[in-house]
Amino acid sequence: MALNSQTLPIETAITTRLDEAIGWARESSLWPMIFGTACCAIEFMSVAASKYDISRFGAEVVRFSPRQADLLIVAGTVTYKQGPILKQIYDQMSEPKWVVSMGVCACSGGFYDNYTTMQGIDQIIPVDLYVGGCPPRPEALLDALLSLQKDLRTNKYNSQRHKDFKGELDNA
Amino acid sequence: MLENIIVSSAEIHSFIKDKYMDGFNYLLDITAIDYTEYAHVQEQDFALVYVIRHESFKEHIVIKTYLDDLITDSISYLFKGANWLEREVYDQYGIIFNHHPNLRRVLNHKEFIGHPLRKSYPITKGQFLREVDDLIDEMNNRLLSKDVVCKLDSGDFSECNKDLMFLNLGPSHPASHGTIRTYVALDGETIEAAVSEIGYLHRGFEKSCENHTYNQIVPYTDRLNYCSAISNNIAFVKTVEDMLGVTLSERAQAIRVMLLELSRIEDHIVCLAAVLVDMGGLTNYWYMYNPREDIYDLLSKLTGARLTNSFMRVGGMANDLYDGFELDLKEVIKKIQYGVEQTLSLIKHNRIFHDRTQNVGVISAEDAISYAMTGPNLRASGVTFDMRKDTPYYGYEKYEFDVIVGSVGDVYDRVMVRFGEIDESIKIMEQVMQNLPEGEVNIKDASITLPSKEAVYSTIEGAMNQFKLTYEGVKVPAGEYYGSIEATNGELGFFIVSDGSGTPYKVKVKAPSFTAMSAYPEMIEGSQLADAILTLGSLNIIAGEMDR
Repeated sequence: MALNSQTLPIETAITTRLDEAIGWARESSLWPMIFGTACCAIEFMSVAASKYDISRFGAEVVRFSPRQADLLIVAGTVTYKQGPILKQIYDQMSEPKWVVSMGVCACSGGFYDNYTTMQGIDQIIPVDLYVGGCPPRPEALLDALLSLQKDLRTNKYNSQRHKDFKGELDNA
Repeated sequence: MLENIIVSSAEIHSFIKDKYMDGFNYLLDITAIDYTEYAHVQEQDFALVYVIRHESFKEHIVIKTYLDDLITDSISYLFKGANWLEREVYDQYGIIFNHHPNLRRVLNHKEFIGHPLRKSYPITKGQFLREVDDLIDEMNNRLLSKDVVCKLDSGDFSECNKDLMFLNLGPSHPASHGTIRTYVALDGETIEAAVSEIGYLHRGFEKSCENHTYNQIVPYTDRLNYCSAISNNIAFVKTVEDMLGVTLSERAQAIRVMLLELSRIEDHIVCLAAVLVDMGGLTNYWYMYNPREDIYDLLSKLTGARLTNSFMRVGGMANDLYDGFELDLKEVIKKIQYGVEQTLSLIKHNRIFHDRTQNVGVISAEDAISYAMTGPNLRASGVTFDMRKDTPYYGYEKYEFDVIVGSVGDVYDRVMVRFGEIDESIKIMEQVMQNLPEGEVNIKDASITLPSKEAVYSTIEGAMNQFKLTYEGVKVPAGEYYGSIEATNGELGFFIVSDGSGTPYKVKVKAPSFTAMSAYPEMIEGSQLADAILTLGSLNIIAGEMDR
């Protein structure tokens, strides 16, 4: 029986694995931090507004302090000038943490293949989910959120997954 | 096409001064041109270009000077707005301005080597930044100008003759739009001195233009002011059409006017929703954002995209209005009016709103002009400059609407001017819909617009025409031209240099947010920290357009 089942009688004791209980808790309490820089941040405004309403999925406690957040959503173009700031914010978040790269600019630089745009944020920080689109529709970001939650629920979370990651700004 | 005035580099400074005395006191833009790869050999490798508007706002001049060596005198003592514009030219082209108060990079980062808009700089050569600029020396100069003396101890302020606290506002904070950094020295909660750093969203628009055809640039223009993509599309293609010397059909002009006004509303809504959230009024955000979603739905139906529409083409637009557009628009207008009405009912007579906004973040009309502020920000200071009235295009003179102006130039005026402009834009849209002319939306010229799909699939001429136009681009006659329209944030201009091919040789954007931002540090000095956030919100700085 799943932990979030509505049909549990009162005064029930459940035996479960600790992993599963933690996964269930994590799934329903993601606190996003928006690193919004450009057009995608405007689409994030739509995600937060009443029509799409991210709070339906238990992730509406948007925090703009990295120390209070566990889901970093990088929404928009990241330039080389912005790089050290993004890295600092990522480093300030405590584990466990996840990174969603929203929009093609954050994923790969998009159509800004030039001297100033970083060709994907994964050059400096590890990314868990990439959302394509320029900008992606709100549904696409919600889909990314749901798929992350599904991973958390099914215990796919692996704290060692980025162990070997080494970005351009590491050991700078 | 208007010819540039060419002045020798020895005389340029006195020439601009004379013109200034004649009333050309509104500096629109300064840029440079690197002629090293130009098809026709020019006098010198580099030229400097000044675009200045007359105080009557009815005309502008483009002054060009060929530089013998890459040094010239700064004009920042004449125009406050020249400060950042000259920094940008220095940053992008490496031209030195003598007597400039603070000649340092503005868009690229401090560890950047080279000058990216020079033709010799490879477009894809990126350079990582290791450490963010601490802005200490810039702040120190700023403090010295206010008679505050601080000791510098291992690269940081230690003892000052005033009890100051130093604080970074941004860049990573929603109230600073994610991309604007302001470093402030606080005396209690009062801002003693402020310096702003921009360029965090400098994504190389102008360099990218140099290897794309004119129609390929349209999607890039979407992402300048991404809150009102269509108005950027129009500003760009209109400039190109002016260079080609073509006139659109009346229907196309009317549709453009309507979409311009719709995007003006779209943009103002985001600005107003955000500034009210910055003030703590979250409810207004829902009231204002719901009609914006309705505008998105309408634009998705028309253009296929919510935000970045890419709807305009050189010589017309992607397609005509769909059947039933008029009814949909009427519905959207009703919802906009409802949202505005609801929001105003919460703030119009609200004491907290008045206290937070009135006489806060004031900029006088003289300063606003000297900084070349434009659009609603300038009108809030009481200057009646609106290109739709002063230099009408697309038949704006036919429509009846008012120019909304403020009197003080504070946050309140900037907010209320935007509310007023939403009403005026609705008036214009209704007038357009009442008399929407019939006809084609694209001009019939095989060298500019694509042939019909039927012709492409059934005739060799059509197929070749499509191929040549797509592959080589619209060939624009060689020349240099500055064109602009009244976009949502004010005068949005494009200075385009063409060498006769299908790709522009150089594109420079005259961005309203750039000049508005250069005024910001001075505006917030002496005010409270919390007011600085509101002031920034009310200026509606869109980073995509400011940093390009």
